[in-house]
Amino acid sequence: MGRKILLVTTDQQRFDTLGCNGGMVARTPVVDGLAAQGIRFERAQPQSVVCMPSRSTVLTGQYPSTHGVWMNGVPLPVDAPSVAEVLHGAGYRTALVGKAHFEPYIDPFLRFEENALSSTGTEPAAGLHRGFEHLEMATHGAVGPLHYPRWLAAHHPEALGSFYSALDGSLQVNAAGGGETGAPQVKVNTIERGIYHTDWVADRTIGWLDTVGDDEDWFCWMSFPDPHHPWDPPESEVGRIDWREVPLPAGYPEDRAARESILDAKPRHWRLWYDGTLVSNYEAPAEWVPATLTPDQLREVTARNAVECELIDEALGRVLDRIDARGWGCDLDVVFTTDHGELGGDFGLMFKGPYHVEGLMRLPLIWRPAPASAPVGSVVTRPVGLVDLAPTFCAIAGIEAPAWMEGKALPVDDADADERGFERVLTEWDSDIFGTEVHLRTIMRDHWVCSAYLPGTSHDGTEGELYDLSDDPLQQVNRWEDRSVRGLRDDLVADLWDHQVSARFPRLALEAPV
Amino acid sequence: MTSRRGSVRHQLRLACEPDRVWDLVGDPTRLAEWFPGVESCTVDGDQRVVTTRSGLPMPETILGVDASLRRFQYRVTSPLFKEHLGTVDVLDLDDGTCLVVYSTDAEPAALALVVGGAARAGLANVAELLGADIVVGSGPPTSSPRSKGAH
Repeated sequence: MGRKILLVTTDQQRFDTLGCNGGMVARTPVVDGLAAQGIRFERAQPQSVVCMPSRSTVLTGQYPSTHGVWMNGVPLPVDAPSVAEVLHGAGYRTALVGKAHFEPYIDPFLRFEENALSSTGTEPAAGLHRGFEHLEMATHGAVGPLHYPRWLAAHHPEALGSFYSALDGSLQVNAAGGGETGAPQVKVNTIERGIYHTDWVADRTIGWLDTVGDDEDWFCWMSFPDPHHPWDPPESEVGRIDWREVPLPAGYPEDRAARESILDAKPRHWRLWYDGTLVSNYEAPAEWVPATLTPDQLREVTARNAVECELIDEALGRVLDRIDARGWGCDLDVVFTTDHGELGGDFGLMFKGPYHVEGLMRLPLIWRPAPASAPVGSVVTRPVGLVDLAPTFCAIAGIEAPAWMEGKALPVDDADADERGFERVLTEWDSDIFGTEVHLRTIMRDHWVCSAYLPGTSHDGTEGELYDLSDDPLQQVNRWEDRSVRGLRDDLVADLWDHQVSARFPRLALEAPV
Repeated sequence: MTSRRGSVRHQLRLACEPDRVWDLVGDPTRLAEWFPGVESCTVDGDQRVVTTRSGLPMPETILGVDASLRRFQYRVTSPLFKEHLGTVDVLDLDDGTCLVVYSTDAEPAALALVVGGAARAGLANVAELLGADIVVGSGPPTSSPRSKGAH
């Protein structure tokens, strides 16, 4: 009998939403406890700051340029390599419960396998799908063909209309406001807590684990759709946190002139989005103008986001209790992370887009190795990426990582990281949709974050961003044009390009907006 | 995405006589044979109702079936669309190959992407059904989505 693996992902969760990472709004004792027993990563970054490319990286252990999902709406080929398939081949039972999003959601023809699978059951007809023998899927809300909306329609039809409508009548991401402040993507949701998707994901995970034999090894990806917008947690839980008491984020300059001055020193698509002139990411509400965000709206969104983080923490606690009751606790590795972050009011912005800054790039990542392996608690400050997860799972299972994986098994401490060359982490952005095109590449090394832009709608390819996190953790001073660090900038840019993987050719087709 | 309207075009060059391709794509009753996610379609005069795999009925008006031009045009009249125009052209390249072009103009733009994405897969199905090789490396490249106006 080997080690069991529980991969817990959330969606769009900021680093600073966990107590163990210094968060002061949400209470997250379960994850904090895992961090205390295991390894907490201070500098984990995604290889893309949107869902589909990032989730594809987790599954394949490859950069977006390699697996080919260069933006949301580009489906991951069904024959793409998968760490779940590797583990299944090594004898592991495998399941994915919750949000997958390797294929587009807007799919009236039901031609993508994950959407079609949801109409036929939880076991793929072919036996495995992307290496998983069992899939039960959910996303934000109760619309669409996935298992959660179907379950809700069958058992609690009265709750179907309680969620925020993610899209508006033009199939654009909804900008409608709600709550007490009119904040975008906020709605009072009267759904009972026990049937909200967070608890459903935990329930269905437990349901699947109950089918696994005591002596079997298993890999379960439990994937919560929250705290990604919309921010419509069960209203019964919203009172946990009084939004009026929530402090404004450190990255939100309350003075408008100061905020806009910071934005103006960044490449021009920053200010263009802030003013509502250019929306370069479909998932940001096209009709919402960030400059209209009020401090109270930001407080209310932050509070609701924190409530969603607390519900996830409690749901995870239930699953861990069940695992302990099965007698697996000592052999269980838990990895907790998210696919990308959330701007969360930094610079006066929310949601996400082609902005490689801390809110989107610095991720919560906790690895609690199996207690039976006698782990020593540590904090890793060296840079790691989600690309490193798949080889980590292979290492846990005691199997060699396949050559197609491009990351390395996560280090257990800084000395291990130094010995194995964890010096830098890379992130990509490409988008090209209806005439708006943005491309950038970013390297994080030492305490510097350096982004180089390629030609696009708003950029001629000479732009960049350079931040020294050691004295500017909020990334408010763009030093790209600072002559005093020109040599360093050139070195980082050279390092960035030296470590790029070749882009898949021909480029996979964009087949839906998301 | 700031565009309300969207235009998406996909094309394939096939090593095949154009009339063979036209016999398939120009026949409005044969859509389910090659367009992915179409369970069935019924044609009554210039009205066609397509039922997708998700069970969604998509009523359409056939605007023209021009055998001499090998051009098929239709509009989806479902309330999902504010406006739609779909065009399938089979162009004879006079070298034993033909170019099949599927163009979608729609509002909202998101649906142009969705229909266009399915059409791209549909063209690959056409090649497979006819046993026609796809000619790569000549002819214009497949276009990327383009905006038709912004709000």
